[in-house]
Amino acid sequence: MNTDKSKFIFVIACFAALAAWPFMAGAYGVDLVTKIMIYAIFALSLELLVGTTGLVCFGQAAFFGIGAYGAVLLSPESGSASLLWLLPACILLAALYALAVGALSLRTKGVYFIMVTLAFAQMAYYVVHDTPLGGGTDGIYLYGKPSFAGLIDLSQGLQLYFFTWLCLLATFVKLAVLLKSRFGRALAGIRVNEQRMRATGFSTYPYKLAAFTVSGGIAGLAGFLFAVKDGYVNPELLSWHLSGAVLIMIILGGLGHLRGALIGAFAFALLQEFFKSESIFGNFARHWHLGLGITIILSVALLPKGLVGLPAQWRDRLLGRSARARGAVGESR
Amino acid sequence: MDFATFLIQCLNSLQYGLLLFLVASGLTLIFGIMGVINLAHGSFYMIGAYMAYALAPFVAATFGGGFFSTLAVGLVLAVLLGYVLEWVFFSYLYEREHLQQVLMTYGLILVFEELRSLLVGDDVHGVKAPDILAGTLPLGELMTYPVYRLFISGVCLLLALGMYLVFTRTRLGMMIRAGSTNREMVQSLGVDISFLYRVVFAAGVAIAVFAGMVAAPVSSVYPGMGNTVLIICFVVVVIGGIGSIRGALVAALLIGFVDTFGKVLLPSAAGVLVYVMMALILLWKPDGLFKAG
Repeated sequence: MNTDKSKFIFVIACFAALAAWPFMAGAYGVDLVTKIMIYAIFALSLELLVGTTGLVCFGQAAFFGIGAYGAVLLSPESGSASLLWLLPACILLAALYALAVGALSLRTKGVYFIMVTLAFAQMAYYVVHDTPLGGGTDGIYLYGKPSFAGLIDLSQGLQLYFFTWLCLLATFVKLAVLLKSRFGRALAGIRVNEQRMRATGFSTYPYKLAAFTVSGGIAGLAGFLFAVKDGYVNPELLSWHLSGAVLIMIILGGLGHLRGALIGAFAFALLQEFFKSESIFGNFARHWHLGLGITIILSVALLPKGLVGLPAQWRDRLLGRSARARGAVGESR
Repeated sequence: MDFATFLIQCLNSLQYGLLLFLVASGLTLIFGIMGVINLAHGSFYMIGAYMAYALAPFVAATFGGGFFSTLAVGLVLAVLLGYVLEWVFFSYLYEREHLQQVLMTYGLILVFEELRSLLVGDDVHGVKAPDILAGTLPLGELMTYPVYRLFISGVCLLLALGMYLVFTRTRLGMMIRAGSTNREMVQSLGVDISFLYRVVFAAGVAIAVFAGMVAAPVSSVYPGMGNTVLIICFVVVVIGGIGSIRGALVAALLIGFVDTFGKVLLPSAAGVLVYVMMALILLWKPDGLFKAG
């Protein structure tokens, strides 16, 4: 298995590479990676629920969308809002909705929980879809992008890139610290055996609710960045397709590891770009879903632990360990 | 709302609810017995609808038949499809975590949608109801009701009755019921569980495909139709209680009525009503209305 040190080096190398990227890539590359980093933040928020706590939330897009809509609706009609209050306000909005949703839906378990979170996300979706509040199906534009005291101006592609990079780093570090804390250990305990956690004297409900709220806030941060990047929001940001896509990202990357969410977001988005590129596939690029679908099916067949498990799988193959031993190692993640 | 309109809406609700039940019953069986979350189930409905459209010319040319021959050919193909899919893709998934199954069936959705786009294209198509059923029945003085919709309700009811009989009266049904309660026990009692799985899966696929074919003349045939149905069917399965056929029937009818009357009485909130209902029911009964086992 990977040692803690090699994981640490891997993550540092990833962030260093991301920081160096704008100096090598053109405007398109910067824009693409900004988008992927936003997805990575979004995926990290879900990883806290699914991979750490074992709560499969199928309505994560609602928090993402609320953050995005918050950024647009709270901004003044002309001029730009200050980042100083707009960003916390958006995160707070998403976290508040998560608190309300979590308080109710955590009464259910398993597949029922999946569906209740979906139900609440669909409610939020229909509110922005069917009411004039957020421009209905057409969506609305964000004219003045937020700035801060003349120092930060997020309408600049590069500034937005590094601001997103910083947000991703902060989210990653915050979650990494959180998971090492007593709170994080309790969440992992809940995933493995909630009954036993209760028997040891933990009241599990507040822990799960806190995780749910934090996760909603982080998803709101991702949504905020997305709205600022595109300058446009529409109800699709809250649709279950997006909730599904982010779930697919973290499963693809490998559950139970923060870097899995990171890898998954990049793998998913880059695969999409790859199969969509007309220079490689020509006219067939129109049917990019086919390649993506087949890749996903193959990854399930070949990578039972997700992309994160790949190095260990290769090492085991080289060392000739049996599949049984590999399974046993995998269990003790 | 006068009585005739009310009656028409009731018939519509019934027809929609029963159709949902057909698709959802396969989903709840596959989940309840095999423990597989099959996101691709909506795709089978879509495949059925496209079969009704695309197979019709072939069937007419080869067998000289109309709509009903197409239904029969489609059903045979669906059983084959289900059998092969279970064998190739699902049989090695049972030991895996649920989320791995979610990932793979998501991949299958993408593949099915693109294959559909490659084979049939992305246009919206209409399918004609068979001539015998194309007429309308008078309802009241001014209103009429299409015979074909009554036919859908009738066929769905017959199938539901058939399923009920299979479940309660046959040995296979007994094994299926036992399997949804305690898989390991059934296996240790000497039932060939992998064969049972394959049969259940093929039957689930066939029912969903059949529902798609029957629905095609009413709903028309369009890309992405499987995804809409999938989500609503999950709602049905969860409200009814996972693995419970009876629950799926009650929940499907409930959703049929809420959705249809919601669209008439509260058009601005129609989309959200179903989800509000699901949230309320699950907060009241966290395991659905009729939990199996």
